[in-house]
Amino acid sequence: MQEFLQQLANGIAWGSIYALIALGYTMVYGILRLINFAHGDVYMVGAFTAYFAARAIGAGGSSPSPVYALIVLLAAMAACALLGVIIEFFAYRPVRRSSRLTALITAIGVSLLLENLGIRIFGADPKFFPQLVAPKRVDLGGGVVVTNHQITVVVVALVLMVALTLFVTRTRTGKAMRAVAFHRDAASLMGIPVNRIITITFAIGSALAAAAGVLVGLTNPKIEPLMGIMPGVKAFVAAVLGGIGSIPGAVIGGLVMGVSEYMVVGYVSSTFRDAIAFIILILVLLIKPAGILGRNITEKV
Amino acid sequence: MFRMRTLTRALVTASLAAALVLPLGCAKRSNELVVGVYGSLTGSTATFGTSTKNGTELFVDNLNTAGGIGGTKIRTIVEDDQSKPEEAATAVSKLIEQDGVIAVLGEVASSRSMAAAPICQQAGVPMISPSSTNPKVTELGDYIFRACFIDPFQGQMLAKFARSTLNMTRVAILHDSKNDYSVGLDTYFTEAFRALGGTIVADVAYSEGDQDFKAQLTMIKGKHPQFILVPGYYTEVGLIARQARELGITEPMLGGDGWVSDKLLEIAQDALNGSYFVNHFYEGNPDPLVQKFVSDYKQRYGANPDGLAALAYDAAGMLTSALTKLHDEDPKAFEALKGPRNDEQKAARAKLRDLIAATKDYPGVAGKITLDAKRNAVKAAVFIGIENGHYKFVAAVEP
Repeated sequence: MQEFLQQLANGIAWGSIYALIALGYTMVYGILRLINFAHGDVYMVGAFTAYFAARAIGAGGSSPSPVYALIVLLAAMAACALLGVIIEFFAYRPVRRSSRLTALITAIGVSLLLENLGIRIFGADPKFFPQLVAPKRVDLGGGVVVTNHQITVVVVALVLMVALTLFVTRTRTGKAMRAVAFHRDAASLMGIPVNRIITITFAIGSALAAAAGVLVGLTNPKIEPLMGIMPGVKAFVAAVLGGIGSIPGAVIGGLVMGVSEYMVVGYVSSTFRDAIAFIILILVLLIKPAGILGRNITEKV
Repeated sequence: MFRMRTLTRALVTASLAAALVLPLGCAKRSNELVVGVYGSLTGSTATFGTSTKNGTELFVDNLNTAGGIGGTKIRTIVEDDQSKPEEAATAVSKLIEQDGVIAVLGEVASSRSMAAAPICQQAGVPMISPSSTNPKVTELGDYIFRACFIDPFQGQMLAKFARSTLNMTRVAILHDSKNDYSVGLDTYFTEAFRALGGTIVADVAYSEGDQDFKAQLTMIKGKHPQFILVPGYYTEVGLIARQARELGITEPMLGGDGWVSDKLLEIAQDALNGSYFVNHFYEGNPDPLVQKFVSDYKQRYGANPDGLAALAYDAAGMLTSALTKLHDEDPKAFEALKGPRNDEQKAARAKLRDLIAATKDYPGVAGKITLDAKRNAVKAAVFIGIENGHYKFVAAVEP
């Protein structure tokens, strides 16, 4: 029982990372109906930006401090927000009026570009994230032990989910986003600056990916240019599982993915670690294609 | 008309073929021997390749400065395999086919040596792996050698050390299922440890490149082992150690020569204190040969040599000592090695192979090397302990 609870706790922390990445996927999909395959690589760039930012300000090492951690986090989020805007402007905007398949292929192209630029610029050998916050063990009772890093990850994921939901439902920009998602041309006729709204969506989505990158660096300090591929794909599955386009759905999907991964490794075999994501994807597509919180919308023909 | 065309075509084909072959054949007639080196200069085991390259180049440059082999210089061509087996195969094909090397030195990781060995065997180019310990590597052919001990020995020594020296009976194993070296070492250790009356309470797997090991470690924690054997490579070992401590696992860890890297403690930080691993080499060895190597290495690279650099130095030494013998015994064959890739050179490489196979009591910095009938070196292993972030010599075990 103790072992089960420990696996559950670890799975929730791990799943929160997927949830953060999935939030970005789901936002972009919700507005643009575009699966942004480069999202996982933005997450990688976020981790590397944080790595270099931390070294630049001399964070980590002997004097870990939460203030430094916050600076590094904000720097990475800002850099990736900018990256997201650039990607949208140069890669997706020109093909926005083309078929969806064109946009999808462009996204895969951007993803490969980022990965290989990463290898070129950062080098193929893994880097090790400096310790921004000293790890501390926290006893949750019943022999279940987690670290302060894991708690941070879960809290940040939940806070961002709530903040994002409030942003989308309560603010003017959020309202405009929903309008663009609902009908882009109609929104444009109503005087909503569609381009600016899409840019903001990309900026927020990419900043979330960067946050996930930094948090991963905190708990799992190895970073490398290809680190975004698997988490990107798994977060995509998480978004589909939760109902793509739904913000709480992305978080639920991420948590389900994280926990199921831990249970499979803990009780079956570590070789199924990556397979479980795709088994889940197939099951979702067969049983409830709209996902847990997704609504069934009949496609207009 | 028809005939004319066939004839023209035949002529064109023939001249094209000649154009392709001739430059390769004629270009080389210089007074040097070209030796290929391949290794992981980048990727998850980047320090393996870097150490190996440094050790090899140190030996070769020293030899060249001292006049080479009877006036013939050795030139090394180094290829990076990015820590990937498929790239290792490509690198070695390139070295043999394009650069026309007469022998190949590499790799550290057994999986990558095993990807490259069949290519060397096929081409009849001797390959010496400095530090691949999986027994299957040299079983791939009679042109494949190694300068280090093999995993059955390493596994046995680890089992003995755990059982007799540390007096422990319950072990959990966390191995890398994608890695031939790790799976092999796990098997040999398990066999030996059981024979000594020990119990394996858990044997779970991870895959190279994994980030997160807490699921496996949680399972291990529930079995209450006295220590954990991690027969993997340093990147994962470092992460595993940190995550184990985060879960409150305080038991020491034990590992093989895959731990040998100056990055190990940078990754693990203080999580490996109290743990032990096997190495090939101990830099504090008072033997003047070793001390000269250590000081040369430090002077040139500004760092202490690790066990893999020492073995690379020895592998280069084994090869050049066989070349020296060839030069003394059969100067004609030696000259043929510098010449074009023809039957004469092939016969010379076969002679070189025989001379490497006959290596006996070669005085290496990581111990005397004598090759057995299976082309494996038989030599001592060294146990290193980690205390307060420093390495400490524990014991040397003779075979």
